[in-house]
Amino acid sequence: MLSTNDDILKAAEDWRKGGREVALATVVETWGSAPRPVGSNLVIDGEGNFLGSVSGGCVEGAVVTEALDVIESGKPKMLEFGVADETAWKVGLSCGGTIRVFVEKVE
Amino acid sequence: MKLDLLTTLNAERAARRAAIVVTDVASGKERLVKAAEIAKDSLRAALAERLRTGKSGMVDSPEGRVFLTAYVPAPQLVITGAVHISQTLAPVAKLLGYDVTIVDPRTAFASIERFPDVKVIAEWPDKALPPLGIDHYTAFVALTHDPKIDDPALTHALSRDCFYIGALGSKKTHARRVARLKEQGLSDADIARIHAPIGLDIGAISPAEIAVAIMGEITERLREEGEAEPAAAPAPAHARVAS
Repeated sequence: MLSTNDDILKAAEDWRKGGREVALATVVETWGSAPRPVGSNLVIDGEGNFLGSVSGGCVEGAVVTEALDVIESGKPKMLEFGVADETAWKVGLSCGGTIRVFVEKVE
Repeated sequence: MKLDLLTTLNAERAARRAAIVVTDVASGKERLVKAAEIAKDSLRAALAERLRTGKSGMVDSPEGRVFLTAYVPAPQLVITGAVHISQTLAPVAKLLGYDVTIVDPRTAFASIERFPDVKVIAEWPDKALPPLGIDHYTAFVALTHDPKIDDPALTHALSRDCFYIGALGSKKTHARRVARLKEQGLSDADIARIHAPIGLDIGAISPAEIAVAIMGEITERLREEGEAEPAAAPAPAHARVAS
């Protein structure tokens, strides 16, 4: 798939160079009906500002929270969201799919 | 992700060169493989496949389970003809994420006022097209109706690896175009790559509707390419919406 994540990756670079703490989240796997394709990015800064999308809005809040942990610890995380995890995460994908999101710090 | 890797990646993308980031999801270790370096990489077969389809994905490799993020250039749309249809085609293409360039040597047509936010080049195609780097990620459409402009532009586009080539004109107009291009030595296989009459057959009448028909056809070609390789699981329609 040809995709245009341009502004998001450029923002990640600019934010980091501007001195902000930055994490990058990437959709790495999807099952069933998922709102955003594999490879989609979300960039998050240390204050919880974010740009981009990994789920069209369904789980961004939870990803941002986890990203703040990743910024703190410097250790990457794999997150999974979906119907099965609804109780664990208190968020889910209304479309009934499952997605796995890799979150890493930009350093 | 290391900042220097991200900086290099963004520089490659800005230059319309494809690249792939290989991420070991267990350790978080990453490396960047530029398109030109794929042949000497240990994962070359998987990388080449990802580059061809433009799809990112998880791969089991001798290095372990890795995620390959394929960054291929944003599609560009090159149009000959700063004509009425182009005035709606350009904004529709921009909405769909295309970098749009219009080439028209007739300066009265190619005025910036008529095409805000679009790159307009008031030159003949032989001068304007080569520097545009028309490549595999390019769709080309000829809209002038003027063989002096459209024919050399089509010839240039056919010499490149564009994923879509289309030309405006009725079946009759196209038959005459085919005859001219054959005379210039183009093969049947080359000419068969030209979509004409241009656009999906949706009964379009107004310039805006024709623009939708053209972008519909271009989108179909773009996505067909990505889907050429059978996917592990069929993606539902709304998961394939362009990002």
